Amino acid sequence: MSSKFKVQGSKLIFALLLLTAHCSLLTVSAQLSPPSQQNQNGQAGTFLIRNARIVTVSGAPVETGSLLIQNGRIAAVGANVNAPAGAETIDGSGLMVFPGMIDAATNMGLMEIPLGAPGTDDDAEVGDMNPNARAIVGVNPHLTHIPVTRVNGTTTVLTMPQGGIVSGQAAIINLVGSTQGEMAVNPAFALVIDFPRVAGGFGGGFGGGFGGQTPNFEEAIRTRDQRLTDLRRMLKDAEAYGKAHDAYAQNKTLPRPKTDLRLAALVPFVRGEKPVIMIANREIDIRNAVRFADDNKLKMILMGGNDAWRAADLLKQRNVPVIITGIWSLPAREDDAYDVLFENASKLQRAGVRFAVASGDEGANARDLPYQAGMTAAFGLTPDEALKSVTLYPAQILGIADRMGSLEVGKVANVVVADGDILDPRTHIRHLFINGRKMPLNTKHTELFDQFKDRKLPASQ
Amino acid sequence: MKKILSLFLIVLFVSAPLSAQQRNTAANANEILIRNATVLTAARGRLEGTDILIRAGKIAQIGKNLRAGANAQTIDATGKFVTPGIVDAHSHAAVDGSVNETSYSVTSMTRVHDVINPNDINLYRALAGGVTVLNVLHGSANSIGGQNATIKIKWKRPAQDFLIPDAPPGIKFALGENPKRSHSNLQPGQTRRYPATRMGVEETIRDAFIRARDYKAEWDEFREKSKRDKNLTAPRRDIELEPLVEILEGRRLVHSHGYRSDEFLMLLNLADEFGFKVKTLQHGLEAYKIAPEIARHGAAASIFVDNWGYKIEAFDAIPYNAAILYRNGVSVSINSDSNERHRRLNLEAAKTMKYGDVPEEEALKMITLNPATQLGIGNRTGSIEVGKDADIVIWTAHPFSPYARVERTMIEGETFFDREQDVQNRAALAAERQTLERDEANRPSTSPRATQPAVPRERVKADLDDADDIDGGNHK
Repeated sequence: MSSKFKVQGSKLIFALLLLTAHCSLLTVSAQLSPPSQQNQNGQAGTFLIRNARIVTVSGAPVETGSLLIQNGRIAAVGANVNAPAGAETIDGSGLMVFPGMIDAATNMGLMEIPLGAPGTDDDAEVGDMNPNARAIVGVNPHLTHIPVTRVNGTTTVLTMPQGGIVSGQAAIINLVGSTQGEMAVNPAFALVIDFPRVAGGFGGGFGGGFGGQTPNFEEAIRTRDQRLTDLRRMLKDAEAYGKAHDAYAQNKTLPRPKTDLRLAALVPFVRGEKPVIMIANREIDIRNAVRFADDNKLKMILMGGNDAWRAADLLKQRNVPVIITGIWSLPAREDDAYDVLFENASKLQRAGVRFAVASGDEGANARDLPYQAGMTAAFGLTPDEALKSVTLYPAQILGIADRMGSLEVGKVANVVVADGDILDPRTHIRHLFINGRKMPLNTKHTELFDQFKDRKLPASQ
Repeated sequence: MKKILSLFLIVLFVSAPLSAQQRNTAANANEILIRNATVLTAARGRLEGTDILIRAGKIAQIGKNLRAGANAQTIDATGKFVTPGIVDAHSHAAVDGSVNETSYSVTSMTRVHDVINPNDINLYRALAGGVTVLNVLHGSANSIGGQNATIKIKWKRPAQDFLIPDAPPGIKFALGENPKRSHSNLQPGQTRRYPATRMGVEETIRDAFIRARDYKAEWDEFREKSKRDKNLTAPRRDIELEPLVEILEGRRLVHSHGYRSDEFLMLLNLADEFGFKVKTLQHGLEAYKIAPEIARHGAAASIFVDNWGYKIEAFDAIPYNAAILYRNGVSVSINSDSNERHRRLNLEAAKTMKYGDVPEEEALKMITLNPATQLGIGNRTGSIEVGKDADIVIWTAHPFSPYARVERTMIEGETFFDREQDVQNRAALAAERQTLERDEANRPSTSPRATQPAVPRERVKADLDDADDIDGGNHK
């Protein structure tokens, strides 16, 4: 079988591609089947990547060096690393090694097709207050988005429910595994609050609840204030609930408090033991959210943050980190500078605000994360900082920097080997490791590519 | 009076971001020399250390150490990259109001060029991404939609200046779920519009072309007979069928929206039967499945590079689509269909090098020469060649690098976006906004009957496709 296309990857992978292409011929192409699960969990082993440029992110790059992966961890990084017995050696000549990227805002695994297949959508629960909705429960480990995202170099994501006021609990997952348990890095990392705001028009149904109608301004303000009151009350109730249960645990002669799943779910968040992600984009909403978090002693992470640069002083003062999701949104105001959102990251960096760049995507286009980060470097960040904004910085904000986000000995071996800068859309990913497992690079997309790339007209036509 | 003045100021203010671009308005007649650039021609490869001489809005010379007249404006492009202006073959920017006339299944009588809003801020943002030409299309709610407008983004000029006078006329067709109105919400008591199936879509288009063929025969017969008999009464004009006759006569380009391979094959077969050519398959998410058939018909493809999965019909879209079509000899353009994506089409084109190893110049052509050719204006724009319009973008780095930024966008030698000017203007604009906000006339009124301020809109992400604007945009 001759192909005009360059064959990427090893012969083993090519053979697998052929095999899976053959399998997919047996299925109806439009059927909602995930990509072949063959070997989708990768292959464990000891791997030594040699003669590559190692971009550690945490320190200076090793211009020509090696990286050893053993027992799922990075065992060695340096100019000279000896291959242990039984190690599979990967020639990294001309290649660059990066830590897997971390996308700190997705709905990965919770929604496959937004339009036309409601049965695949599990991202938004009914009602406004769903603190007990846990993303990890709804994640479908076999969704097509997962392999498609990881083969572009993103190995770890935060996935979260959306909708309502309290959307639910976000999970941090690695993009490998047959079950949610295998994927979970932190199954219940943070509470997600879509911070109440005066809203209407596009997407107004979310925070504003006006659907397609043109909202009344005063009514919109009243609605926002009512939602804030509801939210505050619920958080106070949760605080009281926690105290009542603690008191009962100390003294069983007290009346036994009833169990309330929603309030129970909130307790670690109202006690400041776990972070609360507040989604807010406009300056006024950001400032209100910070004040609200202060008043209620919440450990806040700002998500969205389109206007975060306008509130940089406050965010810096309160040490609130920002997960930026709007780099590829349109500026909200006509007279905003055309690049106001492209420049957001660099302005935050200059102001000393902690930040990460995230896709904010439901899943299908989360693979664009590196290019969004790259674009921030066209508008003020250095390329090194842009790379950190999707590796080390999200790891720090998500509380996993001890395990991920850079190429350091002892960290989880989430490793990407590419033929160029990982933030450049021209770059090909050549090898991928998650949890130290060598991952296949095939996806539904490569399989369809293989199936159709050499198709010719039938001879009879 | 004060209110009127304030209103006037607001109007000025809204359109103000760009007053800087008014300079150079007389540049058409002048000479401009772009010096010492790396020129990506999109036709004859990459030229290092090269000058481009622009005269009267056209590219007059390309070479090393060119000489210009004494009054020529010189732009030093040392260390910079120069490309042709980007051509977006699928846009709905500048459409004033809804892009879909959804009432009928055939709306060939409607014309986008009647509703071009030259003050749409998205036009300026496109310029800032290096876009010079847009194919502004009707939406995809109808099997046969309205007539398109091919425009150059001559920001700050009146709408009629935007239209490219010799661009061949075109029209939007649509196949599949959108003309079926699969995702539209019926109001109580509203009946469903025909067609509701792909069978019905085929029948709708067939019926229209049978009527157009008969109409053409009626006119042809009249013209023939009226050569001898001057007293004959002409047939009644039908502005629905006239554009379809132009299609049959090869004088109007068909740009057809579609996703699935089967629906495109249907259209190609129907076109073959009626003896016309489909110019472009728009979106063509599954075009890769029938690339040889598309090549045989001679249609081009204008596609998203990797947008997929946003609805069930987009589930089989793959980022290798461009590469497969290219290898089959099909002309490919990468479009945006979005006021967000059109700001970064350079990065979208770059992805074709990753997905299927499209060569660099071919990837660049997919956002320049190929869409220009697909729109019938490849003779005047889309590449950097002597004699073509000086539609030129100057970049800080290779346009396929994520670190590249547009410094200047020129149309026919005139600068319509200048990053330096844009940045310089910002402080003045911010001060102007403050002044206006402080003005008494713009403060909230205490009267209960006063007009209420608008509720702020949410941030806008990229549209999924033009069905988003069905029903005036509240489809979402």
